[in-house]
Amino acid sequence: MSEHIVPVKVYVSIFLALMVGTAVTVLAAFQNFPGALNVIVAMTIAVVKATLVVLYFMHVRYSARLIWVIVASALFWMAILFALTFSDYWTREWL
Amino acid sequence: MAESYVEHKASHPALQHHFENLEQQHEAGTLGMWVFLVTEIMFFGGMFLAYTLYRSKFPEAFAIASNHLDIKLGAINTAVLIFSSFTMAMAVYSTQVGKRRAQIISLVLTIVLGLAFLGIKAVEYYQKYEDHLIPGSLMPGNPFNPDPQAMHLTPGVLMQHVQMFYWIYFAMTGMHALHMIIGVGLLSVLLYFSVKGRYSPEYHNPVEVIGLYWHFVDIVWIFLFPLLYLLGRHTGGH
Repeated sequence: MSEHIVPVKVYVSIFLALMVGTAVTVLAAFQNFPGALNVIVAMTIAVVKATLVVLYFMHVRYSARLIWVIVASALFWMAILFALTFSDYWTREWL
Repeated sequence: MAESYVEHKASHPALQHHFENLEQQHEAGTLGMWVFLVTEIMFFGGMFLAYTLYRSKFPEAFAIASNHLDIKLGAINTAVLIFSSFTMAMAVYSTQVGKRRAQIISLVLTIVLGLAFLGIKAVEYYQKYEDHLIPGSLMPGNPFNPDPQAMHLTPGVLMQHVQMFYWIYFAMTGMHALHMIIGVGLLSVLLYFSVKGRYSPEYHNPVEVIGLYWHFVDIVWIFLFPLLYLLGRHTGGH
């Protein structure tokens, strides 16, 4: 697999997108959205920003399939960590 | 890929004997760093889990405690870290295309921005120290004892739950800062060898791999900033 060199234009675009994302997340935090919407908006922006960093700054978009598997495995194990823990806490209120 | 290119790479002084060629060495290095980053994700994951759990248990106390953090410094630090990720990406790019001057400048900028982040973090920690917000008795002679009025503590919210937020705040930002300090150290080593001219378009993997680590630390902060600084602002933070 030959190496892909990400053009500077892409890095600059991602950098600007991350800065805009930071501004939006601060502005959104001061709005009083109904229910749990505040945390959903904040986490959605954070996940989008993290995805941009992983795909472009960390070159995963252009990396070997094996790297994709490794990254996915991390998310999978995180999901297990959260799902099993909270299935316990949410179903046993007396704890 | 031309045959001559392969032969050229095989004779590169940076090629370790247990690899067929530089490309294989490069892929192995990148893969190794990613496996390490998975363990790092799980390490920070445990703390994110603790945060989620205690926030769901004490939502009001967490909002009150979070509103006392300095949102301006937090936001500035987020921008500083994103900018440092950009300069790190540019360091990798400059190495890949063989621009040594740009490579050295990018590395220096990344180190300076990393140190700026740590400096701002130190200012924040000092403010927390002055407000007696260092949890437990971590600070000899200055135990956790904030002024309830300054914290805008509402009736029914326990100070010990506010303290729980600060345990998690210091654990997470402290571990993050430790990763930053290690990152600055790694970057300094990179800079040293970069000035000596060790890295080239054929051999740039160390720059790339340490870049991966640096971006990972940036990602941790991308989550820490909204979770720690912004969670209670919509309820009327000051």
